[in-house]
Amino acid sequence: MAPNKIILRFGENTSDQPIIYRLVKDYDLVINILKANVNPNKEGTMVLELTGEKYEEGLGYLRDQGIRVQPLAEEVFRNEERCISCGACTGICPTHALSLERPSMEVKFDSDNCIVCQLCVKVCPLKAMEVRF
Amino acid sequence: MAIEKTYAEINEKIKSGKAVVLTAEEVIGLVEEKGLTEAARQVDVVTTGTFAPMCSSGVFLNFGHSKPKMKMQKVWLNGVPAYSGIAAVDAYLGATELPEGDPCNNNYPGEFRYGGGHVIQDLLMGKKVKLEATAYGTDCYPRRELETYITLDDMNEATLFNPRNSYQNYNCGVNLSNRVIYTYMGVLKPNLGNAHYCSAGQLSPLLNDPYFLTIGMGTKIFLGGGIGYVAWNGTQHFPEIQKDAAGHSYGPAGGTLSVVGDLKQMNANWLLGTSFLGYGVTLSVSIGIPIPVLNEEVMRCVSVSDRDLYAPIVDYGEAYGQRLPSDLGFASYAELKSGTITVNGQKIPAAPLSSYPKAREIAATLKEWICKGDFLLTEPVKLLPSYRDGIQSKKLEIRGL
Ligand code: SF4
Ligand code: SF4
Repeated sequence: MAPNKIILRFGENTSDQPIIYRLVKDYDLVINILKANVNPNKEGTMVLELTGEKYEEGLGYLRDQGIRVQPLAEEVFRNEERCISCGACTGICPTHALSLERPSMEVKFDSDNCIVCQLCVKVCPLKAMEVRF
Repeated sequence: MAIEKTYAEINEKIKSGKAVVLTAEEVIGLVEEKGLTEAARQVDVVTTGTFAPMCSSGVFLNFGHSKPKMKMQKVWLNGVPAYSGIAAVDAYLGATELPEGDPCNNNYPGEFRYGGGHVIQDLLMGKKVKLEATAYGTDCYPRRELETYITLDDMNEATLFNPRNSYQNYNCGVNLSNRVIYTYMGVLKPNLGNAHYCSAGQLSPLLNDPYFLTIGMGTKIFLGGGIGYVAWNGTQHFPEIQKDAAGHSYGPAGGTLSVVGDLKQMNANWLLGTSFLGYGVTLSVSIGIPIPVLNEEVMRCVSVSDRDLYAPIVDYGEAYGQRLPSDLGFASYAELKSGTITVNGQKIPAAPLSSYPKAREIAATLKEWICKGDFLLTEPVKLLPSYRDGIQSKKLEIRGL
């Protein structure tokens, strides 16, 4: 069975249930956490690979907890020709996938750290960040 | 003996390929190493650069006459209105103008995907732009309506004329409120979640001529990838020296420039339509200004580094919009560029909106033009007001007759 890649998005008020534990224990899923950016009382994201018979039930449980579940089919990339390294995205990107190199002040994009939240796509003044399906 | 050079002497050196030109970044190390006097002796020109959103920008266009002729009363380019309350087929397209029917902030925060700045960029890219016009019709200008497609080459003139560019220094924006705000300083997170600044600091043109000793009306500059000139001081030209409550000086504040140049020789890589989420559209403008090292005083001015230059920290959550005093102090550009500043005792991340790598590229390009002998310096016809003129900003009061 191929693993399913998904993104979980937690709102500020998501309950503090031990969700990973529940997914393993109650739904018998095999979990590989690829990225996690979760802080108490803040919005957070987690990218997971899930495998198991009760996959759909597991997702249902997550949704019941107020967690938004999204398949990881999209990818964000940078149009190098449009980017002028202004830096406007670097303070907004939650995972530092977009960051400033010092002292050159060039903006680097590390897609490995990108959780496809797409904040940069909205924020980039030059429309240099694009979504690919 | 004091060093004194004239524009003519420096231009002779440029013509004979002997001028020594450094960027405002390179000159810092030279002065540290050799001292002011020796550096002023060695160096003839220092180049500066900045590439940032500059809202007070736009272009005067002349479309040529249709048959029959028309006194264009209302004009749109790709749906974006241009001001045509001037002669028959002239118009001024402003960078921040939005297309008719743009949802603006109705669906907050609005996206502002297209506007005047983007039309300017499309024209520079050689694209065909839809021109629509309406008029009431006169005996000499009978046509009342037209719709056609036009390119930059088709026009008689396209003169970039930016009434307020190249801010000497700019605010560092923060947000003390408890909600996310969408500003021309980008997205500012609540409760001092982040800070944005917008200046090239030590490379910025007017921070290298804080007292307006050399930059004035007629100064030839790098503008939008081509050649331009300083036309006048910019609007809101307040070249004072900023001070904190205790009277300590934090260097130059708010001088601005009005610049002009032929759009047709500019380049689409150096004038970019720009969108700010929840705020609007604008144009990112590239400007590079050469500073002739006339004497040691000029050399002292161009040798400033990010450690010596400060941005005032301003709350955009409330103080800015409500025109309230904001006393959050200053951050040096060295601190800002390090990525962390301290505000109200709290360490917060700081990010730029102005491209430092591009500013560096502009200063280097201008240096290359001058070294090749292609670009001579112009002596200003008139110098601009400086802090000595004590210009105070006027406020608009809301009142009846
Ligand atoms: S905001 Fe856009 S243009 Fe600016 S550095 Fe980020 S990706 Fe590049
Ligand atoms: S989508 Fe953009 S803002 Fe979000 S993590 Fe990826 S690079 Fe950062």
